[in-house]
Amino acid sequence: MDKFDYNTRTNFEECIKCTVCTVYCPVTNVNPLFPGPKQAGPDSERYRLKKSSFYDDRLRYCLNCKRCEVACPSNVRIGDIIQRARLKYDTSKPSVRDRILSNTDRTGRLASRYAPIVNGMLQMKPVKKLLEAGLRLAPKRTFPKYASTTFSEWYHNEAEEAQLKFPKTVTYFHGCYVEYNYPQLGKDLIKVMNSLGYGVRLLEEEKCCGVTKISNGMMESAIRDAKINLSSIRAAIRNGLGPIVATSSTCTLTIRDAYTNLLGLDNRDIRDNVMLATRFIYRLIEDDGGQIPFLDRNRLKIAYHIPCHAERLGWSIYTTELLRMIPGVELLSLEPNCCGIAGTYGFKKENYDSAQRIGQPLFDEIESINADVVATDCETCKWQIEMSTSSQVQHPISILADSIG
Amino acid sequence: MVYDTIIIGGGLSALICGIRLKKAGQSVAIISTGQSALHFNAGVLSLFSSNNGKDVLNPLEEIASLPETHPYSKVGTDNVGRLALGVKEIMNEAGISLYGDATRNHYRLTPVGLFKPAWLTMKGYVAVDNPDDFPWRKVAIVNFKGYIDFYPEFLAAGLQKKKIDAIIDEITVTAVDKLRAGAREMRATGIAGIINQPTVDDIAEKLNEIVAKHHPVAIIMPAVIGLTDETPIDNLQEKVPVPIKYIPTTPMSLGGMRAQLKLQHHFKKLGGIYLLGDTVTGGNISENRVISIDTGNLGGMSLKGDQFVLATGSFFSHGLEATVNEIIEPIFGLDVDAPTSRDEWHSGNFYDRQPYMKFGVITDKEFFTYKNGERISNLRAIGAVLSGHDALKEGSGAGVATITALHVAENILKR
Repeated sequence: MDKFDYNTRTNFEECIKCTVCTVYCPVTNVNPLFPGPKQAGPDSERYRLKKSSFYDDRLRYCLNCKRCEVACPSNVRIGDIIQRARLKYDTSKPSVRDRILSNTDRTGRLASRYAPIVNGMLQMKPVKKLLEAGLRLAPKRTFPKYASTTFSEWYHNEAEEAQLKFPKTVTYFHGCYVEYNYPQLGKDLIKVMNSLGYGVRLLEEEKCCGVTKISNGMMESAIRDAKINLSSIRAAIRNGLGPIVATSSTCTLTIRDAYTNLLGLDNRDIRDNVMLATRFIYRLIEDDGGQIPFLDRNRLKIAYHIPCHAERLGWSIYTTELLRMIPGVELLSLEPNCCGIAGTYGFKKENYDSAQRIGQPLFDEIESINADVVATDCETCKWQIEMSTSSQVQHPISILADSIG
Repeated sequence: MVYDTIIIGGGLSALICGIRLKKAGQSVAIISTGQSALHFNAGVLSLFSSNNGKDVLNPLEEIASLPETHPYSKVGTDNVGRLALGVKEIMNEAGISLYGDATRNHYRLTPVGLFKPAWLTMKGYVAVDNPDDFPWRKVAIVNFKGYIDFYPEFLAAGLQKKKIDAIIDEITVTAVDKLRAGAREMRATGIAGIINQPTVDDIAEKLNEIVAKHHPVAIIMPAVIGLTDETPIDNLQEKVPVPIKYIPTTPMSLGGMRAQLKLQHHFKKLGGIYLLGDTVTGGNISENRVISIDTGNLGGMSLKGDQFVLATGSFFSHGLEATVNEIIEPIFGLDVDAPTSRDEWHSGNFYDRQPYMKFGVITDKEFFTYKNGERISNLRAIGAVLSGHDALKEGSGAGVATITALHVAENILKR
């Protein structure tokens, strides 16, 4: 059997029923309605294969954090089994709200155009009330701010010319967050890559990686976007502009794993060329003698939070090793706990309380250690931690950029 | 990434070895495919408990007469006694409270009401020096209503054989009852996960009613309290006037799980790198030395090390795998001590000593491994992946895991 077949079939029969996944499932402990990964995944899969009516609607409570897969001693892809079942058997149409949340490109483009108005309105109580009543969005949630100039607009107008002059190149999958909400992270990546002698290019055409659509059952639309991304990524690699680096652990995991395991698209030719920027940078420094001219950060105390998807990738080690290279940094690794937001999950009214309860141990730990800054590779973790604690959160790439002399 | 020592496998053996090496200042990485078999441990470590079905009271004496292929014989009897103290010390440092020592076994109470010899028993579980002199003459065996991984009748029958007055009762606790109404299986870890201070108070109140009604001198309960540490156990004990003792449940077992978390935490606090959820896919061996290993997650980036330790466990943890006609060690393809004829792998009678229990990788006296008959000069094996011991029949699993781990760590440091 070739590797592609292996990846696209579910390996539920390799489960030995040990239940360790359920122990480490963040949802199970706060939501008694969720049967837990073992039951929702491999246990029920054989029933579902027999008859689709065995599909249980409660699978929608799964966060898709993949902590079950990290805990599994038998390498069963439990999270994928659950997500695939949702995509295959859940016949309900996504609500207007879910479509708005999932369509990050359309929503982002619109919101960016009217950013000052949208940002102001999203903080107003009556607007929040309306969003709660009309769309069932969580009223207590702080909404992310939109930038009035998108990252790609800025890049093409102000940065591209200089970037084209570098002989060595990476191509940046910047994702919706950098595009519409926080272009500064993209600028920081460019600063870091340039300091290592690499120019940064963008893909010919970039769509949302698709994770929000996958989580909200918008399979066809997710496949359409994924195909556009794959063809842009292939073109970049073909033209010698690779590797493709990303700053979001979720985008990276989606392109590398979900495209194959959930959407059934063969990505084997490009998979090894798509990675977190921190991994690429670490290798440049460690294996190829690359150097970043760091400043002394004078006892900057950083608490590092591992996003669930970075843990699933197994790549948080690159981030922590890089941060340790900065002179004057004291790095503490927080306990590996989910922050609870899980992309669009925590924005939904019905999930808000669960999301906050899941994140509570992490919030408590952050409040107790009094770090100067919390570092994490995930944009939604940042929103969640900043809303739920008194700490400021920075992406590790931004910390690296700020530390360049 | 380059480390002094890389340990493959992340359970009891790996962690004890890793902690010892970290304490000596080495750089150490542990790579573990998911969570370990320690989650199945019922709160007790055994060094050597049984010889041909007979209880062993003095494990060190018994170890002295084992064949030379047994891991303990390779460590040496004197060393086993000395290292046993070291194991307890490391577990204590990690925050795991233990009763017992290697010079004399004590007895634990099993879930079916039998007394079995043990080396170290974790806090809260029943541990007595002599079952015929059981310290509590009248006990109340108390279960949570609806919890099925606990067998009060077996326990009562076992205790009654020792002339102990054992009564059975059950309590209904609101929070636990809610769990029963939920979609999730009602397991020890599930209950432990929802137990907060108000629930502890609620349990204490119900237990105190039982104390008032039956006047037991001790309470015996299923071990379903204390998910990540022992605090709720202490908090509950404070509110109940008689000692509360716990009986291990069907896995996931809380004692073992707490031990895993505490050891993992201790290792990381000492600066160890613990890569969870990653699988070592192969190793690069050159001139009988492992140069580096590859993992599923790190892709083209191999981990380099000076010394390597194989702590991948036995069949359960995929440290050994059985194909149709062969027992293999899947990472390096090391030489394995097992017959090639499948018929010789097992005995027809389930209760017999099963030959496959002793299968494992071949090692020399210093636990160096072999491939195609050639010794690999920087790859040692520890714990359940070793050949020559029968963890089940001897009651030696945790002992071999921890003693060989410390022994190998010492040898690595001696170089």
